Amino acid sequence: MKVILRNPKREMVVEGPTSVRELLEHLRIVPESVLVIRGNELLTRSERVDADDTIELRPVISGGG
Amino acid sequence: MNCRVCKQRAAVEVRRHHAAFCPDHFIEHVQRQVARTIHDYRMFGSEDRLLLGVSGGKDSLALWDILTELGYEVDGAYLHLGIGGYSADSLALAEGFAANRNLRLSIIDLPVDYGFSIPEAAATQGRSACSVCGLSKRYLLNEAATGYDVLVMGHNLDDEAATLLGNVLKWNTEYLGRQAPVLPAVEGLARKVKPLIRVAERETAAYAVLRGIEYEVEECPLVAGNKVNRLKERLNVLEEQSSGIKQQFLFGFLDRGAQHFGVGEKPELGSCRSCGRPTTGDVCAFCRVRARATAPPEERDS
Repeated sequence: MKVILRNPKREMVVEGPTSVRELLEHLRIVPESVLVIRGNELLTRSERVDADDTIELRPVISGGG
Repeated sequence: MNCRVCKQRAAVEVRRHHAAFCPDHFIEHVQRQVARTIHDYRMFGSEDRLLLGVSGGKDSLALWDILTELGYEVDGAYLHLGIGGYSADSLALAEGFAANRNLRLSIIDLPVDYGFSIPEAAATQGRSACSVCGLSKRYLLNEAATGYDVLVMGHNLDDEAATLLGNVLKWNTEYLGRQAPVLPAVEGLARKVKPLIRVAERETAAYAVLRGIEYEVEECPLVAGNKVNRLKERLNVLEEQSSGIKQQFLFGFLDRGAQHFGVGEKPELGSCRSCGRPTTGDVCAFCRVRARATAPPEERDS
């Protein structure tokens, strides 16, 4: 699957299918620090993601305001 | 994972509440948390004139949406900090949000109105860009709030928990005494409130996405190494191991710890010799930054 990361914006390919939990563990990303977005949907960590999905991992930490 | 309310597929898990929600019920949940915070801390009423500090980021735009949905009339104030394309993008997002909802947004332009930008100021001071930015925001928003009853800020649970942790680690007792959901008005400074303190940063971002709010996703280019953000990352690791720890840390302090640090004590304020605004010194920090940032280079180091 295609995984979009931010700050800086970049893309990578990860093998699927897998779960959101496993995807974040694989990339060593703390779940509390990102939203997992597929199209217009937000995914919880129990959701499955498929090989042909495009997943955005959007950081939520910002400087405030 | 299913919604606690309707049992449909969940979009957002809120682990510290042992709950998950579908989009509609998550939106309701967040709005309810904010309404409860406003009520519990007696932040403001429907008759108060409210000004919200708007950055174009998720927190301030989500809060503007929530307050409007709760029936409050809120004006926004955007600070143009002169941070290149980042400021231009976030201004466009703030203006777009306000225009789509027919809300009033005033714009304070630091380079045009005060003669310097945050990058210029940071380059001429012995302090970080975030420090110069923070003090400029506080000054300019207090000034913008003249004529309003309450200045509303978009600080969320993570912002407040990370600030608290930073102050505890250094035992900045003066700052600990000032950390509160409501800062009462003192002469020349508006009453300041933080209705998002029960909503985690991840939840304000989820709220913004689910409400279709376009916000500035990119990080400020000057933020690298920001201490508060590093503390947020550490707190998120702790939260992963012990859900609810951020909320327990912050609200434990507010409920049982803050009273030991002189909360509510009014600082001794005089008037800034340069601008006349309240300050604890002779010339306020903003006027000192401005004087140095706008001085000719040969005068800066003298």
